[in-house]
Amino acid sequence: MTTTLYQIGTFAAGNRLLAPEQRAVQSSTERGNAITSGHRACRGCGEALAARVVLDAASRASSGRMVTVNATGCLEVFSTPYPESAWQVPWLHSLFGNAAAVASGVSAALRATGRDDIRVVAQAGDGGTVDIGMGCLSGMFERNDDVLFVCYDNQGYMNTGVQRSGATPPAASTATTRPVGTSVGNAFGTGKSLPLIAMAHEIPYVATATVADLHDLEAKVVTAMSMHGARYIHVLVPCPLGWGSASAETIRVARLAVQSGLFPVFEAREGAVTAAMTIRAQVPVEDYLRPQTRFDHLFRGDGRPDVVAALQERADRNIARFGLLAEQPDNPPDGRPQDPAPLEKETP
Amino acid sequence: MLRQLEGSRAVAETVARCRPAVVAAYPISPQTHIVEALADLVTAGELASCEYLMVESEFGAMSACIGASAAGARAYTASASQGLLFMAEALPNASGLSLPIVMTVANRALGAPINIWNDHSDALSQRDAGWVQLFAASNQEAVDLHVQAFALAERLSLPVMVNMDGFVLTHAMEEVDVPEQDDVDAFLPPFQPRQWLDPDDPVTIGAMVGPGAFTEVKYLMADRQIRALDTVTEVAAEFRAAFGRDSGGLVRPYRTDDAEVVLVAMGSTLGSATDVVDDLRAEGVAVGLLGIGCYRPWPYDEVRAVLGGVPRVVVVNRAIAVGAGSVLGRDVRLSLPGGTTVVHDVVLGLGGRPVTRAGLRELVLDVLAGQVPDETLHFADLDREAVHRELAREAALEEAAR
Amino acid sequence: MTLDVRIHGRGGQGVVTAAELLSLAAFDQGLHAQALPSFGSERTGAPVVAFCRIDEQPIRAHDPVDAPDLVVVQDPTLLHDADVLLGLAEDGLVIVNSSRSVAELETAGLRLGPGQRALTVPATDLAREHLGRAMPNTALLGAVAAATGVVSLHAVRRAIAERFDSRGRLLVAANLRLAEDAHDMVIATQEAHGAETA
Repeated sequence: MTTTLYQIGTFAAGNRLLAPEQRAVQSSTERGNAITSGHRACRGCGEALAARVVLDAASRASSGRMVTVNATGCLEVFSTPYPESAWQVPWLHSLFGNAAAVASGVSAALRATGRDDIRVVAQAGDGGTVDIGMGCLSGMFERNDDVLFVCYDNQGYMNTGVQRSGATPPAASTATTRPVGTSVGNAFGTGKSLPLIAMAHEIPYVATATVADLHDLEAKVVTAMSMHGARYIHVLVPCPLGWGSASAETIRVARLAVQSGLFPVFEAREGAVTAAMTIRAQVPVEDYLRPQTRFDHLFRGDGRPDVVAALQERADRNIARFGLLAEQPDNPPDGRPQDPAPLEKETP
Repeated sequence: MLRQLEGSRAVAETVARCRPAVVAAYPISPQTHIVEALADLVTAGELASCEYLMVESEFGAMSACIGASAAGARAYTASASQGLLFMAEALPNASGLSLPIVMTVANRALGAPINIWNDHSDALSQRDAGWVQLFAASNQEAVDLHVQAFALAERLSLPVMVNMDGFVLTHAMEEVDVPEQDDVDAFLPPFQPRQWLDPDDPVTIGAMVGPGAFTEVKYLMADRQIRALDTVTEVAAEFRAAFGRDSGGLVRPYRTDDAEVVLVAMGSTLGSATDVVDDLRAEGVAVGLLGIGCYRPWPYDEVRAVLGGVPRVVVVNRAIAVGAGSVLGRDVRLSLPGGTTVVHDVVLGLGGRPVTRAGLRELVLDVLAGQVPDETLHFADLDREAVHRELAREAALEEAAR
Repeated sequence: MTLDVRIHGRGGQGVVTAAELLSLAAFDQGLHAQALPSFGSERTGAPVVAFCRIDEQPIRAHDPVDAPDLVVVQDPTLLHDADVLLGLAEDGLVIVNSSRSVAELETAGLRLGPGQRALTVPATDLAREHLGRAMPNTALLGAVAAATGVVSLHAVRRAIAERFDSRGRLLVAANLRLAEDAHDMVIATQEAHGAETA
């Protein structure tokens, strides 16, 4: 009998036990640093962490021949308070809703001027991706422009004071969806999965990831950078400010989102799911909701078990849809070629 | 070589000879023939090493041009009317980032009511967007202005908008000399960006600037726009020397000496107005014409120099500032402080209503006969009966509601 | 010498193309010319007007032709619209695409001034014969060349060849024969009866 070894639930912990070629970029003291320390992100910011991992991996994958396009949002604001800049890579910010189109323009320019060894990575928050940026993004996908677009999803407009976005989950309390009167917070809509929308464009590569598994995130960036055409990575990044979670809990909250089934982690190529990260120890959605004050109203007094049950239903649907629980014979064994083998230990 | 060409085709061929590396566009009437012709030229390989992005919106078009220009490529787009407004958020961004993008605007009215025909309300609505705005009087000038626009944009590191009247010019077929490739190459050196997103020398473009430095950045922008006035004149002079044609420049005075009344206009109206001036002069009427070739930056000194001593000025406004009066007329008035010149602010030719020679002639004669007010905006081609009927109907409804 | 032309027709009949071809022919002859469409949205069957100015002097104005020397009516059903003859010069000419005679059109309601002339050409019938479809514009241009002499048949032919070059040799050849037939028909009529006058 074997059990999977995980100390804090992420492969990052096992870095020293891994062969050097399997180690995360971030484990090396020699790593590049796309975004330097000293920026103005909040403590515990999931987006700052994800952006560093994504850009360092992309930069390494492109041997430093890389240009970054950034949408308006927290990441842009906290990294470039004039006259300072935290960016060590060429970086362009234009507007909130146009990062994909700007990146398409950069990519076209590099191709037209014979410098297409330089790769293009665009990044935006969920607002700049699923809401105001969606038109441009869909165009970039449909034309299969040579851009890797990364969405750092913190499920709301945090930069402007935590308003609801199209990526805000149902029942979350935000500055525009307060649970007052009979309201349960953000209404239960149909939801809007940008990864699935990206897949509908049948682009070469779509992946989701979280900051709970940086090695996985890094591997997906490396995979994406090994390809050309339109590629999309959607990263869940907890926001202590907007979610009301402890700043030290960012990684744990992200992991609970995965383990509850609320945030499926998977890869897709040309519109078909090719791999999904199975849940090793499923948790009820309540475990994910409770550490976040944006869901407090669901547990106050008699609570709203009906709403929690509705959220559990959504998690269960994800688990069924992506096959997140059972051993997945359908998953190709090479679905995540960059992943390290799970650490296994013989138990006596 | 003179050829009989449609304006859009001539402009597309000229743009191609300016060798843009990236064209990003979204179709809208009456700009369509330009982007269709450019697509043909790219597909046929006549515009070598150019990437043509058929984007999902005008907002995407301008955004792609911003990205392309920041990546060090010569970038071009074209639009009109609602399309120009749809890219409005990106226009001050392009100018604020000092990106030398060139855009053709096939001037068209703004809705509602939706109207696809020519006036100047689209371009003038973007008056303060930080773009240099040039207006073409004919298709020959539209062609010449595009060659000048790329030179201007790159010399100033500022975006330039070339305005040509929708349908009236874009769809008119007339004789045009499209500059030869060698001559364009000699006039327009390859694009050398001031900075680009170079991985070997990383720059941060588009940082957030707070109250501590924002005013200074804006001051420098405004200063550069004013200095652009000299560059517009310079480039027009160089163009004349290279191509032997008078095109572009800030203003174009025509028979204004000793004029009793001077018409001020922009765009395709100028040709018709020139005919009217000649006809009336032949009849002994002392009338002149001032064409505005460069609307932004506004050539205060040149306008004042021409209009300063003129008794009466008639501004032909092809856009209105609802609730305030005119757009072009206000700039003209601001150029004539404390003088004795009487300015008649006239609205003509909105939404495709033709500005005819007969209409311009009548206007000049009415002004001289003292029949045109000088304090209020005067709608010269208005169906007064129709609006009075509607006003009466509204008044009756209000009365009945009381 | 100037010739201001207004062409009336319907969307899909090549009205704008006719104005452009006429301007090309004039340009080919060393004259100055300008073709201006009066565009609406693109709708087959809707009334369309296009203008062409021809002049020995360079053309500066861009306003529509409001006092034409020549009106070409590509679709006779438009004759019921009074605007078709609006502003026609006192000695102006109307060329109508019709298999009927001018006298028949006048009986049906065509009203010409004392100095104004009209002639008819069965352009649609000729087009069906040569092109296999009802596209009357090049036939009418042949008639314009014959009736006005401002542009030659040769110039009209060259304009057709240039404009339709990309559409294939067969189409060019058919349109050339069509224009020539219409041209010869008008010349023959003029020789036989003298110009039709009202």
